[in-house]
Formats: sequence, structure tokens, C-alpha cells
Amino acid sequence: MQGISKRFGATVALEDVSLDVRPGEVLALIGENGAGKSTLMKILSGAYRPDAGHMQLADEQYAPHDPQAARAAGVAMIYQELNLAPDLSVEDNIMLGQETTRYGLVQRSQQRTRVLEALELLGHPELRLGTPVSELSVAARQLVEIARALVMDARLIVFDEPTSSLTRADVEHLFDVIRKLKASGIGIVYISHFLEEVRELCNRYTVLRDGRSVGSGDLVGTSEDEIVALMVGRNMEELFPSVAHEPGEVLLSVTELSGRQTPHDVSLDVRRGEILGIAGLVGAGRTELLRCLFGLDPVQSGRVRIATFEPKATPSSRIESGLGLVSEDRKGEGLAQVRSIADNLTLSRLTPYAKFGFLNLGRRREAVREWMSRLQIKARSPEQMVTELSGGNQQKVAIARVLHQNADVLLLDEPTRGIDVGTKAEIYRLMGEAAANGKAIVFVSSYFTELLAVCDSIAVMARGRLRTVRPADEWTEESLLQAAIGLETVSTTVTT
Amino acid sequence: MSTTTPPTSITPTPGSRFASTRLLGTALGPFLGLLLVFALFSFADSARSRSLNKEASFASMASAQKILRDASQVGVAALGMTMIIIAGGIDLSAGSAIALSATVTAWFFRADYSTTVAIMAGLSTGCVCGFVNGSLISLLRVVPFIITLGTMTVYLGLGMVLSNDTPIRAFGKAPDWILNLQTPYPIPEWIQVSTGVWLMAGLAIVVGFLLKFTVFGRHIFAIGSNEATARLCGVNVTFVRIAVYAVAGFFVGVAGLYQFAILAGEGDPKAGTGKELEVIAAVVIGGGSLNGGRGSVLGTLSGACIMAVILHGCVTLDIRTSYQKVIVGVIIIVAVTLDQIRQRRLAA
Repeated sequence: MQGISKRFGATVALEDVSLDVRPGEVLALIGENGAGKSTLMKILSGAYRPDAGHMQLADEQYAPHDPQAARAAGVAMIYQELNLAPDLSVEDNIMLGQETTRYGLVQRSQQRTRVLEALELLGHPELRLGTPVSELSVAARQLVEIARALVMDARLIVFDEPTSSLTRADVEHLFDVIRKLKASGIGIVYISHFLEEVRELCNRYTVLRDGRSVGSGDLVGTSEDEIVALMVGRNMEELFPSVAHEPGEVLLSVTELSGRQTPHDVSLDVRRGEILGIAGLVGAGRTELLRCLFGLDPVQSGRVRIATFEPKATPSSRIESGLGLVSEDRKGEGLAQVRSIADNLTLSRLTPYAKFGFLNLGRRREAVREWMSRLQIKARSPEQMVTELSGGNQQKVAIARVLHQNADVLLLDEPTRGIDVGTKAEIYRLMGEAAANGKAIVFVSSYFTELLAVCDSIAVMARGRLRTVRPADEWTEESLLQAAIGLETVSTTVTT
Repeated sequence: MSTTTPPTSITPTPGSRFASTRLLGTALGPFLGLLLVFALFSFADSARSRSLNKEASFASMASAQKILRDASQVGVAALGMTMIIIAGGIDLSAGSAIALSATVTAWFFRADYSTTVAIMAGLSTGCVCGFVNGSLISLLRVVPFIITLGTMTVYLGLGMVLSNDTPIRAFGKAPDWILNLQTPYPIPEWIQVSTGVWLMAGLAIVVGFLLKFTVFGRHIFAIGSNEATARLCGVNVTFVRIAVYAVAGFFVGVAGLYQFAILAGEGDPKAGTGKELEVIAAVVIGGGSLNGGRGSVLGTLSGACIMAVILHGCVTLDIRTSYQKVIVGVIIIVAVTLDQIRQRRLAA
């Protein structure tokens, strides 16, 4: 790929990006969220067309106009969210769109040999071809998707953070598979922000930052610090503005809380003026923990105390006693997307504007306007629909809601996911200010750098259990990752 | 966390047991449900007959003939609906389209066209209705529910325009073999059940084969299961969807012919009102998922028969037929709930 540029309206997503992959090598594509990795890969896979630049595959000009054309040319993507038809069998999924046919009939015996060959190459001939994909584990589904790429003779396979929902053992298996693909002469692009993984698997790297390629080279002879410096590209104070705050008395106290499946037996204390980070991989049960705390998921056993109360396990009584939740899923449940900023911001506390059930909309508009300027929410008016805002501004509306609600304990689930670096810094500042005002904050994130920079103490969650609460300065990214994937010994259980 | 290497989750659980329960759930489950409902009514009937000192009549060849005859019209249309629902769609216009096809057939017979022309006209009316549905859904990108809600009224209106608001009577013009499609007792007698039932069975085999062994069939399942994936894998989603609706339209046309036969040679554009819900109910009772991706021919036919058994059972037991509707409604909810419980258990 040479000199690729792409803009969306006024936003420049990619500017003059170049990268090359050779057959039989694994190229690591590294960059923070929002650096442009996924846009670049969407161009490569034909989902977007570049505004400038050109691509070459082998010796031929390569300009796919849609994902099908890209697949036909031999470029396959393995996405985080797998692209499979859950009701179809393993075999049908692998052969979908390229069935071996005669007179419109599926020639099962013939295509089965191709499927088996592919699974053989991946080292997993034991997968049952007739099983519907919905009954397979995530790891096995990933294999099905890789096999599909093989069956269509892919020459380049892109893996987009493939390990984010796998167990450690499955990660090892996946790496074996990728090494086999590499040995068979397929070019591979591996997207990840786990530098350890990258080092274990890849030959060369390209770093993207703010839509530019800022560096590439051989991984051998490049230190981790050099790569991090390339990824971040600005000093820590700009990225993570710190606001002084002092932990006070315990505000939220959780004892042996268990949900239906996860979380399992979680105990923790959060103090006023404290930011407690919860690290972990996707699927570790962090979201479920917050949902249990908030009364959204059924609680099996355990106690939740806020200050001196033990509120009922329903969202409304938890809100009343001072809990506020910012969901990880802005689109699905965090915000009512087709309602106005004002509606969203005040939804959980309308009492100040209501008399006998009637709303004083003028007063509400004024209050919302004030909040918008405090949080620097950029919008035309309080009546603008949330769906028209950028991700960062949407997130600020979600945070404004819990602040407006006067919550004492803020449960923030991945509050910086999918938003730009500048807004992230603002959100860190807001969190710091809230803590300085005596709020207790629980900050869930998969992005360990921000946890280390922002939190006072960090706990790691793995497989539904919360382990090892320690002051933030006793953690490093490596030790967090190790704890998150469960390499740490079990002996260090929760201390409260 | 043990320090030994944990077993990888790639290796699937030993699967043969799984496969059999799955089969039981998707296709055989509704069929067993049918046998159960039939057994229940037979038992109730014989118990009641004994107390009234008359002969039990439910578990007999005669009532089986009636039940299958009653189920065959909905069953034929439901074969097409099965394909549509597996592909993740729905067709609310089926009832109106059945009546429109019957009306068109009657119009051609009344105007003294040959039998071939009249039948072809009826069948193509169904196909065109389906084709229009599929095309509008694909081209306008509006959800099937809305499009077919609209065309439901359109087809009803077209039928009334064609018939000048009164049913078209073509008595004595159509050949006997068409009118005999829906006779309760088979003509000739040695074929055991009426020709409409045999035709339904034949078409069911064709559809079952189409779904299972052709690429078209695999693509229908793929679209209903995950449309984005199907598109990514090079399936021509637009074509497949339009084709599914058009093929389903053919079955609507056949059901229209049955309708014409039921009214003994009359085409009434209003006769299909509400029929689409029976057709959809048959598919859903038979294990079809309105989310797409699941459904089977055997299940659908069982669903259609279950409804007919209940109707006939109510008649035999002197229960007011109004109760039949209550029972069918409850059955729909129970069937779908059971199915979802099973799904959740499989997913866990």
C-alpha cells in the first residue's frame, strides 16, 4: 500500500500511509485506538475506497471495489467479531459462497476433501463438519473463519486483534496456526496492541498514529520503549492530565458478591476521592460485575453497601443511594440514540424540573446548557439528537448524566473506548475532578496504559474473579497483562 | 487456574448425542407434537363416546382424510413461507395473494380460456406477487414486514378491482380434477387422500430437497443466519432474496388454486384475509425462527396439521370452533417458548 489517504467529512482518518507485507512473514500493525488501523484495513479489504494512493497485490494493481472483490483477489480478514452464519454447519460456513457444485447441487463429497485439507493444514482435522457453528467455542469459530480464508486461496490474511476474547491456551493454539500459515507462504497482517504478542509472533512492525505511519522496521533490535514512544508520540502530562485528589473514607463496600455466572465471589472497597481501576481481558466479567453492582444483573449472593445503606438490587434503588453507571455500550444501552442531549442528560433525575409530573422544559434546557459548557460538549443545542454527535461528545453526555444525577459512586465501563485522544484527556480530567470532589470512581478498562496513569489502585479481573488489588504504582503493563490472562499464581487473593 | 496446560476449547464436545437432540428439536419435535395432539383428541373422543354410548369417530381414516385436506392449503403456502422465514423475511401479503391468484384463475375460466391458460395465470399471479415483494424489499431497502403489510392491501385491492367487488363465479367451467383438489374424500377412492394432499406432499419433497442439497438452499440459510457474512462470502443476497420470494409466490399460486377449488369454482378476493397468519403460524409452530436461519419442511407441515387436528378435534368433541382459535394461539406461544428454552440450553 502506497500513500493511502482517507477523509470522512472534515476528519482526516488516514494521511499518506504506506505499508508492505511479504509472503511468509507476519507484519504487526500497531497503534492506539483511533490511530487509523481499522480504517486502513477496511480499505485493504475493500469496504472503503481510498481518496488517494494505490495498492499492489503481488505484481498486479489492486483496487477492490467491495469486500467480495478483495476476497476474490485473495485478501481475507479475520475480524474480532467473527463473520459466521451461526445456524450453518462448520462445512457450510467454510464453503459459503464457494460451494463445489454440479447443476446447482452441492457436491458434498468433493468439497469435504477441500475443507478437510484446510483443517488439516491448520492442525485441527478433528473439528466435526456437521456441527452448527453456534455450538462451537470462540476459538473454534475463529478456526472456521481461518479455514474459509484458506479454502479461497487467500494470499494475505489480516488478523484484527484475534486474541482479545481467547483464553491463554487458545492463544497459544492460534499462534501455532498463524505460524503454520506463515510457513506456507501466506502474508499476514497482525493487528494488536499487546506488544508481547507482537514480539512473539511477528517479523516486522508498522506503527500508526493519528492516521499516519510513524515508523516501521524489524522487531529484532527494536525495544518496547521505542515502539511505545512511536505509538503515543506525546508526553504523558498532555495525555493524562492529573488532578490532585485524596482518598477518604470507604464509600462503596462489596462483600463476596456473586452473580448467576460471573462475577464470582468479588469483594472490594472504594473510598471517597479514589479512582479504582479494574483491568482484565474482554469476557473476564468486568461488565457483569458493574451490572451486578448496579442491580441490572441478578445477584446470587453477597452484599453491596453504599456508605451505611444496603439498597435493594434494582437499578432505581441503586441510583437513589448514589450509584451511577456509564455503560460500555453507548449505542445499545448507554444512551437513547434518537433522543436529544437534554433528554439523555436528565433521564435519571428529572425531579428538579418537575412539578406534579409536569416538566418545566425551559428550566431544564438552561441546566443542560450549563452542563454542556462545563463538560465542553460540542453541539448545536441541548435539543440536538445524540446520534448526530461524535463518539467523544456522546461519551461526555453519558458521563454528564451520572454527574447530573449527583451520583457519589461512578461506575465507568470502558469510558474512553472508541474516542479520540483529545477527548480521552478531557475525560481523565473529569474523573480527576470528580474524585477531588469526593466521589468514588470505579474505572473498568482494557487499556492498561490509561489505568496505570489515572488510577490510585488497580484490581485485575480474570474469569469472573477479582484478584489482587494493589496501588497503581506497584503494577506495570506486563504484570497487569499476566494477571489478566491468568499466569499469576492463585495465592494472591483479594485483600480488602 | 492449574499450572498444567488447560485443555483447549477448540476440541468440540463429543458430538453424536448433540446431533440427535438437535434433530429431535428442529424437525421431529413438531412432528411428535402433532402425534401427541392427535393422541390427546383420540383419547378424549373415545372417552366421551363411551360415556355417550356411541362410536368413537376421531381416530379413523375418515377424519385423517379431512384433517390432511384441511391442512393442505395452508401447508402448501407454508412451504414457501418456510423458505422466506429461513431467509430472515416474512410475507404478510400471502393471504391476499392467495385470494388474488384464485380470483385471476376464476376470471380466466369465466372468460372461457383453456384450463392450461387459467392455471398458468393463477400460478404466475402468485409468482409475480412474490417477485414484487422481493424486489421492493431489496430495492427500497425497507423491512419485509412493512413492504408486505403494504402489498397485502394492494393485492386485496387489485383483486377487488378485477372482480368489480363481487366474487367471480366460474361454476361449471373448470375441469373436475381441479375442483376435486380439496374434496374431503379422495376421488378416485383408491388414492386414499385427496389429490391436493398428494400435491402438497410432492411439493414438500421438492422444497426439502431444495433446502438441503442445493447451493440456493444453503444460501437461503446463510442469508437468514447472518446476512453480512453471506454478502462478504460472495453470496448474491439481492438475487437470492428476490428468488426466494418469487418461488414462495409459486406456492401461493398453488394455494390459490386450492382456494378456487374450496369455493367450488369461485374467485373471491376477500377469501384470503387472515390466511397469512395461519401460514406463518404453521411455520413457527414447526420450529421456524422469525430471526431467520432456522426452519424445516417436516416441521412446517406438522405445524399446519396440528392446527387442522385441533379444528377437527373441536368439531368432533362438539367444542365451539371459536375455542380452536384460543387453543391454536396458546400452542403457538408454547411451541416458541419451548423452542427458545432449548436454544438457550444448547447455547449454554
